Amino acid sequence: MALKRFSVLDLLGLNLKEHDSLDLRCICGRRGLVRDITIPDLNRPGLALSGFFDSFAYQRVQLFGRGEVAYLNKIIAEGRLENIQQLFSYQLPCCIFTHNLEPDQAFIDMAEETGCPVLQTGLESSEFSSRLLRILSNIFAPKVSIHGVLVEVYGLGILILGDSGVGKSETALELIERGHRLVADDVVEISCVNGNVLIGQGANKIIGHHMEIRGLGIINITQLYGVGSIRERKEVQIVAKLEEWDANKVYDRLGTEELTMEILGVKVPKLEIPVKPGRNVPIILETAAMNERLKSMGYFSAKEFNQNVLKWIETDAARAPYYGVDDSY
Amino acid sequence: MTTKTVTIKNRAGIHARPAALIAQTANRFASEILIEREETRINAKSIMGIITMAASYNTILTICADGTDEKEAVGAIEALFENKFEED
Repeated sequence: MALKRFSVLDLLGLNLKEHDSLDLRCICGRRGLVRDITIPDLNRPGLALSGFFDSFAYQRVQLFGRGEVAYLNKIIAEGRLENIQQLFSYQLPCCIFTHNLEPDQAFIDMAEETGCPVLQTGLESSEFSSRLLRILSNIFAPKVSIHGVLVEVYGLGILILGDSGVGKSETALELIERGHRLVADDVVEISCVNGNVLIGQGANKIIGHHMEIRGLGIINITQLYGVGSIRERKEVQIVAKLEEWDANKVYDRLGTEELTMEILGVKVPKLEIPVKPGRNVPIILETAAMNERLKSMGYFSAKEFNQNVLKWIETDAARAPYYGVDDSY
Repeated sequence: MTTKTVTIKNRAGIHARPAALIAQTANRFASEILIEREETRINAKSIMGIITMAASYNTILTICADGTDEKEAVGAIEALFENKFEED
């Protein structure tokens, strides 16, 4: 799924709270707010201000901290405006001033003239940079939407996949009933953050956390089970593929082979779970979640079991006859 | 693979009832059926998925089907759009 255009106005319009807040406001160059941010990165334009424009990363958001502003004021006081003029000759997405610093009027005039938006934030440069980079990398993260259900079971994000009508939603409902949480039903939007973490969430906040159960229709999970039963987003840590029981297919009986599924280039452990009447899939998923947590703590049930079997075979005890001579056991 | 582009002709757009109608129709076929809106693709057999698209009046969608009965599937779903989901 390709990213739609992301303009400076979209950045200002993001609904970010508390530790995510960018505290941005536009101080001039409003007509440039439609400019697009194309690269999830920023640049400190110190070198450019001093007149060195080789490899100038003009496509990035330009960040002016205390140092840049002090230098700016100095060159403006000395009447050397040509570097600033050259800076604005590039199609900059926007200039951002941290620490609530006010740019000089000459700078504002030039920004207004070229239509480059100038924003201001009350945050410190380092804090602002890390927040902006985090937010931009989330926005520019590759995304895909997958047909399935994402639930959190014992703290682990399980993505339930399977054909229509195999019982994904019913399985999720039973898990919710057992105290686990629903993240998204039917359409799960997955984004790849930092290149190795898959974050799943519902496609739409307004109609999120509803489920369609055959025979019941559409139900509202938040209202039925309370806010404790839902989550907004969760990392996808296991994929559970439900499929109709196929007598000819060989299913994993030991749990030693580790299947994976690739989503956006990230490999996620995958379980193939055959469904047939009498098999309690929710309990299987609960167990899978706990087993996966054990694995991440270093205990691999199936392998450990096999090692114990091997050890036992090798010991003398195994070679000795089972029954004692005196029949007392 | 059969694809067909359709426009939503009923005023209310795809709300719950038309979505249910599409999903019910899609479920009659064995083919995999997807509906595309711009860059989002959703499974036509899921009601919540179809509603999530928030497709309003005059939105252009593409129906894609892949399987043994793909032609019939696309035809049946297209007919729903043409009939304005028995609305208006």
